[in-house]
Amino acid sequence: MKILVPISKVPDTTSKIAFVDNNTKFSTDNVQFIMNPTDEWYALTKALELKEAQGGEVVVIHAGLADSEQVIRKALAIGADSAFRIDMDPTDAYAISVEIANHAKTGGYDLVITGKETIDYNSFEVGGMVAELLDWNAVALVSKLDIAGGKATATRDIEGGTETVEFSLPAVICATKDLAAARIPNMKGIMASRTKPLTVLAATGADKLTSIASYQTPEKAKECKYVSVDNVAELVRLLHEEAKVI
Amino acid sequence: MSTTETKAVLKGGEFLIKESDSATIFTPEQLSEEQRMFAQTTADFINTRVLPNLQKIDKQEPGLSVKLLEETAELGLLGASVPEEFGGMGVDVATDTAINEEIGKGHSFAASYAAHTGIGTLPILYFGTEEQKQKYLPGLVNGTLKAAYCLTEPGSGSDALGAKSKAVLSEDGKYYVLNGQKMWITNGGFADIFTVFAKIDGDKFTGFIVDAKSEGLSLGSEEDKLGIKGSSTRQVFFNDVKVPVENVLGEIGKGHKIAFNVLNIGRYKLCVLALGGIKAAATTAVKYANERIQFNVPISSFGAIKHKLAEMAVKAYACESATYRTAGLIDEKIAELVAGGMDKVQAKLVAAEEYSIECAILKVFGSEVLDFVVDETVQVFGGTGFSEEYPAARAYRDARINRIFEGTNEINRLLSVGQLVKKALKGEMDLFTPAMAVQKELMSVPDFSAPNTDDFFGAEKKALTNVKKAILMTAGAAVQKFMQGLEKEQEIIMNAADMLIELFVCESVLLRTERAIAVKGEEACALQIDMTRTYISDALERINLSGKHAITAFNEGDVLRVMLMGLKRFTKYEAYNTVAARRRIADKMIEENGYCF
Repeated sequence: MKILVPISKVPDTTSKIAFVDNNTKFSTDNVQFIMNPTDEWYALTKALELKEAQGGEVVVIHAGLADSEQVIRKALAIGADSAFRIDMDPTDAYAISVEIANHAKTGGYDLVITGKETIDYNSFEVGGMVAELLDWNAVALVSKLDIAGGKATATRDIEGGTETVEFSLPAVICATKDLAAARIPNMKGIMASRTKPLTVLAATGADKLTSIASYQTPEKAKECKYVSVDNVAELVRLLHEEAKVI
Repeated sequence: MSTTETKAVLKGGEFLIKESDSATIFTPEQLSEEQRMFAQTTADFINTRVLPNLQKIDKQEPGLSVKLLEETAELGLLGASVPEEFGGMGVDVATDTAINEEIGKGHSFAASYAAHTGIGTLPILYFGTEEQKQKYLPGLVNGTLKAAYCLTEPGSGSDALGAKSKAVLSEDGKYYVLNGQKMWITNGGFADIFTVFAKIDGDKFTGFIVDAKSEGLSLGSEEDKLGIKGSSTRQVFFNDVKVPVENVLGEIGKGHKIAFNVLNIGRYKLCVLALGGIKAAATTAVKYANERIQFNVPISSFGAIKHKLAEMAVKAYACESATYRTAGLIDEKIAELVAGGMDKVQAKLVAAEEYSIECAILKVFGSEVLDFVVDETVQVFGGTGFSEEYPAARAYRDARINRIFEGTNEINRLLSVGQLVKKALKGEMDLFTPAMAVQKELMSVPDFSAPNTDDFFGAEKKALTNVKKAILMTAGAAVQKFMQGLEKEQEIIMNAADMLIELFVCESVLLRTERAIAVKGEEACALQIDMTRTYISDALERINLSGKHAITAFNEGDVLRVMLMGLKRFTKYEAYNTVAARRRIADKMIEENGYCF
C-alpha cells in the first residue's frame, strides 16, 4: 500500500503570538516551528503502522518554503520513506489542496492520511478539499482505521459518540486522537533521514481563493471580582453598574 | 596579551599559560541540526516518559527504571557513544553532550542512565578484550544487559586503592575466588553485570567482570537516600564468588588505570548532566516567579528575585560555555589521534586523560552551580519550595549527590592542581618560565598600559591575562615554599584550584561570547555580553579572595605586601553595573518564561 501523508509546519504551542505590518502578518521572530501535532502523532504514525503490518511505502508531502526542511527531516526520521516539498508560501488552503491533489493523482497512492486540522489556523480544510479534487472517499475525525482486502473500516468521532463507516480505497483520512501512538524518532532514524530522498516540486500556481486581511488577538480576560455570598446587594450593583448586564 | 602564543588547540591545562582563539573553540551555538535532533529526541523521551512518572520512579516501582532504560535503548541512547561495530551510534563527545544535557533533566533516571552508559559500559569498552567487548557491549547497547560499577567499599571511598576486597586464583587456574563488600552501587538492584575491583593476593588491584547471577553474590537492601531516591543503590557482597579468569578486565594489578581513566570522562559527563539540571531548575524558578502573585504583582517583578534568576542564568551560561569548550577540545584531540592511526576508542581514552584537569574542573563547577541554582529555586518558591508537592524540593535533594560521587569536589580540586604540578614536573608543560616572568614583573614597574580598545573584549582579555599571572604567582610561590610538602597544604591547594576553575570558566564564557558576536553582531548578543561581564566581574573578586587566603597563609612582611599588591593588580577590572545587567538578563527570562540563552 502506498500512503501519502501531507504534513504542515506550525508554531510551537508555547510560542508568543504577535502580529506585524499593521496586524496583517504573523511575526515569526523567535518562533519555534514544529510539525503539526495531529499530522505527526496520528497521521504519520498510522501510515507507518499500516506499512509495518501490510508492507508498502509512506511518502510525506509538505507545501512550504526551504525553511521547512527541518520539519520534513523529522518526518523522515520518524520513518517516512521519502518526501516532497512543494515550493510555495502556504497561505491558502485551496491552493495547497490543489498542489497536493495534483501530486496524489499521479503518484499511485492508495491512501492519503493527514491530521484533522492544523493547530495554527484550525481550518479543517485541506483533507476534505484534497478528497474532492481527487474525487476520492473522505472520512474526517478518524480515531480507528482497519484496512483489509482493499476495504477500509473507520471509526470517526461524531457529536456525543462515534460512528463506524466502511468505504473503498483510494480515500482521504483525517486523523484525530487515538488513531495511532506518537513516536519519538530514534537516533538511527535521525541519521537515516539525511540520506532519504527529499524532492522539491515547483508549484503549479493554483489560484489562491483567500487572503488574510488582518489578525486580532483576543481581548485580555478582565479582572475577576469576588463578592461575598452574604452581599447580594453589591453583586446586583456590580452587575448593573459595571458589567451592565442587568 | 601575546598573540604569538595563540595556538589552534591547547593541551590539557595549557589554558593557564596560553591564550585561545575564539574562532577555534567549540560552542553550543555550533551544534548541527542533526545533533539538535538527537537532543530533541532525548528531551521528548524525558518529557513524555520520565517526568510524568517521577513519583513512581522515586518510589522505585518494580521494573519501571529498567523498562525506561530499555526504552532509551530503542531510541539508540544507551549506545550513543559506543562504536557502531558493537551496535552503538559512535557519536562524538559534543553530540553525546547535547544528549546527556537532556538526560540530566531526568532526576533519578539520569543517575540510572549515567551509571549504565558511563561507569557501567565504559570499563569494558576501554579495557575489555575483543571477546569481552563482543560478549557484553551489544547487550549493554540494546538494553538486554544492565551494568553497574563496584569500586567503593565501606572502608575505601576517596581512597579507592585502599580496597579490601580480595581475589585468589583457584588451584586449577580457571577462576578467581572473590571475597569482599562493595557499597553505594548505583543500579545494583537490577544490574546483570558488575565491574568489580579487588586485590589479587591482597595487593594487585585488578578489575573483574562479574555476572550478577554468580553463586555467592548477594545484594543489600535499597539504601534510604537523601536524593535520587528512584535510582537503585545497594551494597553488593561477594562470598567466595567464582569469576572465570577470562573475566579479568584489563591487566592484573592495573585496575587503578581502569578506575581512574573511566572517571575522567565520568567527571566530564557529570558536569553535562548537571548542566541539564541547572537549566531545568532555572526554568522552574522563572515559571513560578511569573505565576506567584504577592502584593498584587508577580514576584518576578521584584529586584531581589530578578537578581536570583539572572544569577542562575549567568552561571548556567558560564557552565555551558566551559562544558562545550571542553567537548570541542576532547573531540579535536580524538580526531588528531585517529588521524595519527590510533583506534577511535583508545583515542577517546587518551584524549579524556589529556584533559583530566578540565574534566576535574567541570565536575566541581557543574555540581556547585547546580547546587546554587536548586537552592535558589527553593528560595524563589518560598514555602512551597519546602513542600514535596512542588518540583523545587526534588531538584534540591537530587542535586546534592553530585558534589560527592565521581570523586568528591575536594578530591577533584586536589586533582586539578596536582595534575598541573605533575605536568610541570614531568616537563610536559613549562610553568617555570611564565612563573619566573611573573615574579620578575612583581619586582618591576607595574604595567599601566591601557587595554586594547580595538578589541571589544580588550579589558576582559587583559583582566584574564592578569588572572593567569595571579595563579602563577600564588601557585608558583607555594611550590617554591613547600616543594614536595605542598600536598599537605590542602587549604592552599583548594584556593589555587578555585582560582584555576574561575579562570577556565571566565575564559570559556568570554571566548564563546566573542565567537557569537563574530557571527551575529554585538546587538544580537547584548545579553550574552551582559552575562559575560557580570560573570567576569564577580569572578575576579572571588579570585582575589582565594589568592589572598593562599598567599597570606605562607608569606609575611615585605614579601606578603608585594604579593598582595601584585594580586590586587592582577585581579583588577573596571567597575561594571551588574545590577542593571542582571535586570536586563532577568527581564528576558521573565518574558520567555524560562532559561533562554
